[in-house]
Amino acid sequence: MSVTQTPTNSPEIRRLDPVLEPGHTYASVTDKIAAVVLTRPLGIGWLAGFALCFSIVMLLTVAVAWLFTKGVGIWGINIPIGWGFAIVNFVWWIGIGHAGTLISAILFLLNQKWRTSINRFAEAMTLFAVACAGIFPLIHTGRPWMAYYMFPYPSTMGLWPQFRSPLIWDVFAVSTYGTVSLLFWYIGLLPDLATLRDRAKYKYQQVIFGILSMGWRNSARHWHRYQSAYLLLAGLATPLVLSVHTVVSFDFAIAIVPGWHTTIFPPYFVAGAIYSGFAMVITIAIPLRKAYGLEDFITMRHLDNMAKVMLATGLIVAYGYFIEFVLAYYSGNKFDVFLANQRLHGPYSHFYYALLLCNILTPQLLWMEKVRRSIPALFLLSLVINTGMWLERFVIVVISLTRDFMPSAWGRYSATFWDYATLLGTLGLFTMLLFLFVRGLPAIAIAEMRELVAHEGHSKKGHD
Amino acid sequence: MEHRSPIHGIMGEFETPEDLLAASRQARDAGYKHIDAYTPFPIEGLAAAIGFRWTFVPLITLSGGLLGGLGGFGLQYWCSAIAYPENIGGRSLNSWPAFIPVTFEMTVLFASLFAVVGMLALNKLPQPYHPVFNVERFAAQASTDRFFLCIEARDAKFDLVETARFLESVHATHVVEVRDED
Repeated sequence: MSVTQTPTNSPEIRRLDPVLEPGHTYASVTDKIAAVVLTRPLGIGWLAGFALCFSIVMLLTVAVAWLFTKGVGIWGINIPIGWGFAIVNFVWWIGIGHAGTLISAILFLLNQKWRTSINRFAEAMTLFAVACAGIFPLIHTGRPWMAYYMFPYPSTMGLWPQFRSPLIWDVFAVSTYGTVSLLFWYIGLLPDLATLRDRAKYKYQQVIFGILSMGWRNSARHWHRYQSAYLLLAGLATPLVLSVHTVVSFDFAIAIVPGWHTTIFPPYFVAGAIYSGFAMVITIAIPLRKAYGLEDFITMRHLDNMAKVMLATGLIVAYGYFIEFVLAYYSGNKFDVFLANQRLHGPYSHFYYALLLCNILTPQLLWMEKVRRSIPALFLLSLVINTGMWLERFVIVVISLTRDFMPSAWGRYSATFWDYATLLGTLGLFTMLLFLFVRGLPAIAIAEMRELVAHEGHSKKGHD
Repeated sequence: MEHRSPIHGIMGEFETPEDLLAASRQARDAGYKHIDAYTPFPIEGLAAAIGFRWTFVPLITLSGGLLGGLGGFGLQYWCSAIAYPENIGGRSLNSWPAFIPVTFEMTVLFASLFAVVGMLALNKLPQPYHPVFNVERFAAQASTDRFFLCIEARDAKFDLVETARFLESVHATHVVEVRDED
């Protein structure tokens, strides 16, 4: 992999769209990406979008403040449905985060060059999604000011957490995931922060990026250790990302509730997480490349590849749904069989059919190259899949809890205004953080793009 | 910084990574030991070319992972079997299979923290000041599209005139002194 090599010109590779449009130099990729942060004025579109998201975040703060005042009774939850929207939203958000780590770690280990221009904002998306996810278990505890009870600390009561409980595993898995994602993201940013520091036009930019970049000076020794650390982090993040949704699925699978107590949960939760995550990356990438003219960097190749990943993981998810039924009927356990029938014929069956439509049927359109190459179709599909994945968690949480073992203990669930306000609020928070991110930090990894320029062989060599 | 001379070294600028790589190898061959190269993106083989092969980052990461794993398991064992033993249906207090998820997460957490902090510490970052930034062309272009080689003054073979001549002979486009101002 010496820098002098040009990529092989086999016809198979040539047929594909490039991961970087030709004609770019080290300086042009640097300028283009850095300019979005350093010099581009705030447009009316950004300001309007930010204002809208910010007002939705205000709705979130009102919803949470009201929750803290009145308690979880303002939500639609009650016995037997103690979980409701909070857990649905938690699982949905944490799943969305998974694509970021998959792109940055797993595709890095697999040496997939097309990850380069999408990894940075996908990682940012991971962090923001984990932040949104983290809100829910916390506010769902009812007494969030005592949430620290979940951590092992030497209390005067002499109490320690119950480490045999998947809910405690969850605390460790999600907080580790958040921390490692942050580290990975920051380490990736370090050389780019130095680039911004060097190109900053104003004093305040120099100071901010100077502090954040820690005095990074692009030394070959530093790069050597940096690459070693980055590779190790990728290797660590890969099993981590698989473990996180596995542990989330244990929250359900370890319980004996019908519809939850199944071994298919861990793999199908992980596949579902990646499925929804890629859908969210597409939802973000399409407006991002359009708004900031980044079509040269986030090319049709990226969108096409992501669509293929969605199709593949979507099929795994479909297999998961199928196996749930097979296991229920094969086991002969009457509660499992009953639950499976509830999904098809119970009071919430319309959610289940909507889920099949969104997650299995509609995404089959992705088999067609025409659909994978149509930006509006892809954008629409990504929204459909995200809706479908939310419905999946709703089906899992609500149908199982409303009708478990004893008909006398059955119940019904419907969300209240505050449930919807909190869900919408986290969507606003997520989008607001993305708005801040694209203008505050480089949305594409600049140093990696320069590396790509060198590898793709259209460096400035021969220009002068 | 035990070595405080007004000259940090002499820096040559190159247009392409290939030129820099060749120059670095020649500098090593010429007997220079204290050299460093600066590039806007990592270049395969450059660290080896300036005589830097070994890094402790993997070992530090491993030790972090071991510490996290053993610590994580130890914490759970101590909590569940010693500090707060609970007899749940007569099950073993050291129910180790239930401790695996947290042990795994702690292994990853500590290994990652050690990898990042170790990498930064070995690189002596954060470092608010470094003399190479006194070179104007370096500050402007080292993180964009120019490649630099610095032969440092603490090198035994360093000589203002000779070293500058050497850098020119290996096709540096610009050769400048790096001054270390207080």
